[in-house]
Amino acid sequence: MEGNLNALTTVFTEFYYWATIPLMFFIHIGFCMYEVGASRRRNHLHTLMKNTMLIPLVTITFFFFGWWLYWAMPNGPFITGGLDTASAEANTAWSETMGPNTGDRITGVFWAAFLLFSWTAASIVSGSVIERIKSGAFWILAVVIGSVAWIIDAAWGWHSGGWMVQLLGYHDAYASGVIHAIAGGFALGVLVVLGPRLGKFARDGSPRDITPHNPWLVCLGLFMIYAGFWGFYVACNVPIIDPGGIGGQITGDTWTATTIYLTPTTLGAITVNFLMSLSGGLLVGYLASKGNPFWTYSGGLAGIITASAGNDLYHPIHAMIIGGIGTYCAYKLHYWVEQKFKIDDAVGAVAVHGYAGFIGLVICGFVLWGHPSSPYEGFAAINPLGQFAGAIIMFFVLGFVPGWIVAKILAAMNLLRIPRQVELLGLDFASNREEQAAAADVRATEKAAV
Amino acid sequence: MATTGIESWAVDLKDIGAIYPFQGTEGLFVLAAVVLWLGWHFVQIRAENDEYDGIISRHGDDASINKALEGD
Repeated sequence: MEGNLNALTTVFTEFYYWATIPLMFFIHIGFCMYEVGASRRRNHLHTLMKNTMLIPLVTITFFFFGWWLYWAMPNGPFITGGLDTASAEANTAWSETMGPNTGDRITGVFWAAFLLFSWTAASIVSGSVIERIKSGAFWILAVVIGSVAWIIDAAWGWHSGGWMVQLLGYHDAYASGVIHAIAGGFALGVLVVLGPRLGKFARDGSPRDITPHNPWLVCLGLFMIYAGFWGFYVACNVPIIDPGGIGGQITGDTWTATTIYLTPTTLGAITVNFLMSLSGGLLVGYLASKGNPFWTYSGGLAGIITASAGNDLYHPIHAMIIGGIGTYCAYKLHYWVEQKFKIDDAVGAVAVHGYAGFIGLVICGFVLWGHPSSPYEGFAAINPLGQFAGAIIMFFVLGFVPGWIVAKILAAMNLLRIPRQVELLGLDFASNREEQAAAADVRATEKAAV
Repeated sequence: MATTGIESWAVDLKDIGAIYPFQGTEGLFVLAAVVLWLGWHFVQIRAENDEYDGIISRHGDDASINKALEGD
């Protein structure tokens, strides 16, 4: 690090991203809480373990190959160029810069910030498939979405040189599509193959409400996700950079915060817009669901997710209205898809993340129409068609299709769904019996001591 | 000879680079870790299937299932 200003900028940026990581941890805690709260008593422990164990599996696979994919694939490859092995070289699992290295202080922090996004992508899928998927099958799916599919979409559409940004003018500053639409689409692909929980649909096809065993835990989990979402938002920004560092068309020497595309924004913008889109979602979620706590909290999340694509530039009132629109559509679509296609999405993840994310991308194309998607010359401007194409790529091409294919393979190998008897007995049947036996033994001992 | 290659901090840090031990063996360690990861999946899937088979063989009859459902 040469020069005090460079040193300070590097250390500040390093700490800035580091601080996002423990904040984003709260997202995972929240997902675990609301998933366990939504499951029935007989499935608690397996539900918790299913979500928890994606942490080590996605972490190590993201180290093995996920991080390399991000740096190698911005060009497609073979859309705007070949595999970018030169940029990816320093990000291989065996690169010297991935370990303690006095010449590279920040790669590990970047890696971890991206990794927490990977956990989120996999965790979104986890909630929708509870109470009937085999844990081993889910963990394979978690690696596919967390360390392969989402990071390819990030290389394509969430990278300053990504081909979607260059050719489509794709803009998705806080990941409406690159995390939420893809994870929702992936979950839907898996759900189509996995099928509903036993008893979810009556003989005439009408859906039954399998209510959360602990609505309070579910809502607290969603509240926790809001808290972690702050880390997610700030991790999407470059906190400070000078125009020379960007090397694009910006003139002068005014330092700025930017999005991941290196387009200028401000920390103030995203702070206000986060809260306004959350509020729009909460207000509409409450009205649409007639005050149902689960859908009100989910509405807050859907509001943020819908506005996220353009929250670097929206006026706060735009953010509020867009958040509300996305929430209303996601809520209605959830029940329409459930009724029409018999899809049992246990926590509404496809709606809150997938539909809201998709809608957010499309709205962004209209509201930010003509705004430069990049500080570099030759990039397409943001436009409705490019955003719609991007939404299709995120939700269907990189989300639904891989989820459906991998689930089909797992189902063909009889690895996807738990046996019918186990589903009825409950996944925790064996451990519950052990617990009951141990408790009975203690009670008998205590009675004998009276 | 230190495993890290650093035997004294009387150096200019810009001339150093990696400071972890056994530099040059990263590829082998990664290969071993990948094998462990894949092996973990095989062992876990087999154990999970055995667990379900065991539950079904001991408690998979209609009476046990009905009793369990009453307690849910």
